[in-house]
Amino acid sequence: MSYPLLTITIFLPLAGALLLQFIPRSQANVIRTIALLIALADLALGIPILTNYHLGQAGMQLVEKVSWIPSLGISYFVGLDGLSLPLYEMTLLLMVVSVLASWSIKDRVREHYSMLLLLAVGMLGTFAALDFILFYIFWELVLIPMYFIIGIWGGENRTYAAVKFFLYTLAGSVLMLVGILALYFTSGLNTFDMVKLMEAGYHHYLATFIFITFFFGFAIKVPMWPFHTWLPDAHVQAPTAGSVLLAGVLLKMGTYAFVRIIVQILPGEFTKFAPYIALLAIISIVYGAYTALAQKDLKKMVAYSSVSHMGYVMLGIAALTPVALNGAILQMINHGLITGMLFLLVGYIYERTHTRDISKLGGISVKIPVLGGMFVFAALASLGLPGLSGFVGELLILLGSYTAYQIYTILAVFTLALTAFYLIRANQNAIFGIPKMAMDGFKDANAREFFSMIPLVIFIVLIGIYPKPFLNYIDPAVNTVLQIIRGS
Amino acid sequence: MVDALAPFVTTVTPWIGHVMSLILLLPVASFLILVVFGKKMGERSSYVAISAVAASFLLSIIAVLFVMGGGRAELSFTWLSVGDFHPTFGLLLDPLSAMMLIVVTLVSMLVQIFSVGYMHGDKRIGWFFACLSMFTASMLLVVYSPNFAETYIAWEGVGVFSYLLIGFWFEKRSASQAAKKAFMVTRVGDLGFAIGLILLYVVAGTLDMNKIFGMDLQAPLAALIAILIFCGAVGKSAQFPLHVWLPDAMEGPTPVSALIHAATMVAAGVYLVARSYPLFEMGPVSLEVVAIIGTITAFIAASIALTATDIKRVLAYSTVSQLGYMMMGLGVGAFAAGMFHLFTHAFFKALLFLGAGSVIHAVHSQEIHDMGGLGPRMKITSLTFIIGGLALAGVPPFSGFWSKDEILLGAYTSGHTAIFWVGILTALLTAFYTFRLIFIVFFGKPRGHHVDHVHESPPVMSVPLIILGTLALVAGMVGSPYLGHFFQVFITNSHEVEHANMFVMGLSIAVAITGIFAAWLKYGTRLLPSGVISKDNPIYKLLVNKYYFDELYYYVLIKPTHAIAKYVLSFDQKIIDGAVNGVAWVSTKVGSGLRQIQTGYVQNYALYMLAGLIVLIIWSFKILGVY
Repeated sequence: MSYPLLTITIFLPLAGALLLQFIPRSQANVIRTIALLIALADLALGIPILTNYHLGQAGMQLVEKVSWIPSLGISYFVGLDGLSLPLYEMTLLLMVVSVLASWSIKDRVREHYSMLLLLAVGMLGTFAALDFILFYIFWELVLIPMYFIIGIWGGENRTYAAVKFFLYTLAGSVLMLVGILALYFTSGLNTFDMVKLMEAGYHHYLATFIFITFFFGFAIKVPMWPFHTWLPDAHVQAPTAGSVLLAGVLLKMGTYAFVRIIVQILPGEFTKFAPYIALLAIISIVYGAYTALAQKDLKKMVAYSSVSHMGYVMLGIAALTPVALNGAILQMINHGLITGMLFLLVGYIYERTHTRDISKLGGISVKIPVLGGMFVFAALASLGLPGLSGFVGELLILLGSYTAYQIYTILAVFTLALTAFYLIRANQNAIFGIPKMAMDGFKDANAREFFSMIPLVIFIVLIGIYPKPFLNYIDPAVNTVLQIIRGS
Repeated sequence: MVDALAPFVTTVTPWIGHVMSLILLLPVASFLILVVFGKKMGERSSYVAISAVAASFLLSIIAVLFVMGGGRAELSFTWLSVGDFHPTFGLLLDPLSAMMLIVVTLVSMLVQIFSVGYMHGDKRIGWFFACLSMFTASMLLVVYSPNFAETYIAWEGVGVFSYLLIGFWFEKRSASQAAKKAFMVTRVGDLGFAIGLILLYVVAGTLDMNKIFGMDLQAPLAALIAILIFCGAVGKSAQFPLHVWLPDAMEGPTPVSALIHAATMVAAGVYLVARSYPLFEMGPVSLEVVAIIGTITAFIAASIALTATDIKRVLAYSTVSQLGYMMMGLGVGAFAAGMFHLFTHAFFKALLFLGAGSVIHAVHSQEIHDMGGLGPRMKITSLTFIIGGLALAGVPPFSGFWSKDEILLGAYTSGHTAIFWVGILTALLTAFYTFRLIFIVFFGKPRGHHVDHVHESPPVMSVPLIILGTLALVAGMVGSPYLGHFFQVFITNSHEVEHANMFVMGLSIAVAITGIFAAWLKYGTRLLPSGVISKDNPIYKLLVNKYYFDELYYYVLIKPTHAIAKYVLSFDQKIIDGAVNGVAWVSTKVGSGLRQIQTGYVQNYALYMLAGLIVLIIWSFKILGVY
């Protein structure tokens, strides 16, 4: 391999953020354009990553490893496998989408885009990092720009939401750090190399303790019930781009870490605790759906729906069958695309109506049919309409989970009706019907808004109709994971 | 019968493969074109949609001829491949699917032609034809599917496009309500379907129909799975107790109702049972369930139709009732008869709905008491409507007679005596309510104020009526004894057909004539006094209120769901989030050393966090024995 593609894609946004500091604040459009070009260039670099990736081959690929602090066994180590590659590519795509979505921000434009680009560094790094210290650094790096994005450009209650988000997730990452250190000191390998730790397997009496620290760290991020209450506040208060990335990428860091770290390094502990995780997952599924149904605020409804949808992902992971785990990983991508799109639309509609109160909206499709139609599309995708991507993930999760958790799976199927209920109700009350407010000046989606949604629509449809090419990336990684589980 | 139905593959000659895919892809292409250009094309959108579906229809004729010549074909590809799950999707052409291809494309084509006149001037006409195209395509995929997962996908596709079409005039609250109701009620049925598929996958390890039908599943298990799958059909085909959405679906444009009631959507449920018949036969109890549900549906819906006063609602309940007959036929083992009724019903019901559309177009009302005396003013509409009515009432030689008679015969010969007699009673009610409608609408004195300037609809609307009228008259012949039960032989690939039973045939003719005669006495001649049945009569009230199903669901399902949701949300805010904020409050108080430090600056919090972190690390080192 000639170029360190992963390093370039991870740090290109950092270079972009630095570059922005040299542009005068007054040149808002130049700043926006540069940020967009950086995000597009990064996305373009995602193509050689795909073409250099050998499909069907298990294990880490595109690996770059440089010794960093040899005495402590810390190295700069990145690489992708079938688990992280889809998330990595989705992050690249959602970055472009969020740069486009932030165009309407007028206040402190340079800072906003700098934060967004920094966030990209953290997110991409988290998915690529294969060294625990590196992983932790990137994981924490995500926290800070997101804190500022919510706290500065957020809604009325932004400070409360930002602090809550920060403290909650920081508490989680602190626990994770404790776990990482405990793992380091007791594994006897003197390394932070995640791949080595996976291969060696961890057999120390502290396994349960480490599992618990990791569990809290990741469960907060997912979030699983009952650690979810930071999410509605953060999602609702965040500006559109922030919500898109929170839902699309940040939540996936939690589920990703579950599979990457807990399942692969502590397979024995995971198998032991899987029934409890599945219990929390099904509670999240049902509970998230009910709370979403009770919402009057459109954005809050979408936020709570994430709790429910991420529960399906966790159920699939806890089931530990090849079909369910494939479904869970695919569903991470689907949820990123679909919920990302819903947040985009809620944001775009809000920019016009200045309200998110479902009872005050209504008749959106009459005046702005493109945005209204897109919302209906995204809502249908979110409720798992067959033919769109969400269905494939749910189908695999449910088919694969039944053997492990019969009652939970049936409950999860029943919840699909509840999911349909709140989303169809939102369509009915917010999008259809007679306009309840003056909409004379409203313009339908402009080119920028339109093109921020089109790639999402395309992938939602493609994965929904013909998921095979996408799952072909994931399946080998799932095999590896399950071999580790079987070996434990 | 199982052998005849089990899909089997022969080498696919390339041309038939192309024909099969084009039948499906043409409407899809029309959808894509109209989604992008529909707004710009306006009324011209219909050209795209109609030429696509017309081409599909012509190709379907070729496909049927191919099957009649003994040909079978299957196209397939692997949809996805994970672990040990490798579902094969594709298109299957066999007698059952070939027959449905014709019905779906023909009815859809006529409905779309009719829509050119009916929807003239609508501002979203491009989107309307786009949805019609994809609605048709989804149904074609249901028909073609050789895999339950693929069926489920296409099935929901039918559901979502019906949702968009019923709610096409979404500015109308009642329309978007009806759309929501249709989507939700059918989805409730689909939950059963979904669980059935999961069980099937767990038991059989596959969802490919030909593999499953070749297995020998245990009878109770097969029955359970079949009943769960039947739940989906109950929702889609508006069977008791999930029939409540179909009458409300009348809020959609009338051509959509015609399509939903005749060829797509409701037919899907009956087709699903027919397609999965080998599975039902493995657990025969499931067929009894199908028969009983079908019979209850047929009777209940027919009785509600007696009191309905909206022309489309009368027809809607008649559809529910006729679908009940189809299920009854499938359930009592009269497989071919059930499918035959689906076939004839498609034509006469499309005819009746389009005829109703023509009337509504002229009178601007759906209330039958605003009509009356339309016969002389709308000759084509009334004549074709009466043909449709005769077919529905089951008068020979109209098409509905042959198929309904076969179903009743099946119930009779298989020993389902109670079902048979309820079927006969329902036939009496059917004839009565159908001709109640006809006498009120087309005969007597004009009632509404619009009636004076009523005139016949334009040819683009009346020609489809004439074609469907002809089909309603003659389509039954293909399954009649005179043509050697050609239809049944074709569908089942077997020559063992039931021989006509003079008792059953005579009885069904007698009740049809009686029903029509009674309707004539009451509504045609006014010989019977009008106040025979008091408005306070409990049975009348029960029927007018549709057995209170809507109220039942509201109080038993919808209200409690909202109440639970509210309760869960307040639990979330007060208990869970309350606990979180409580912990935060306590820790800031403790951490501040009782000083006021809620500055809101993240630096301070970060500092506490860092302090906490150091403590934790030291603590963890300690327990690890490193320190």
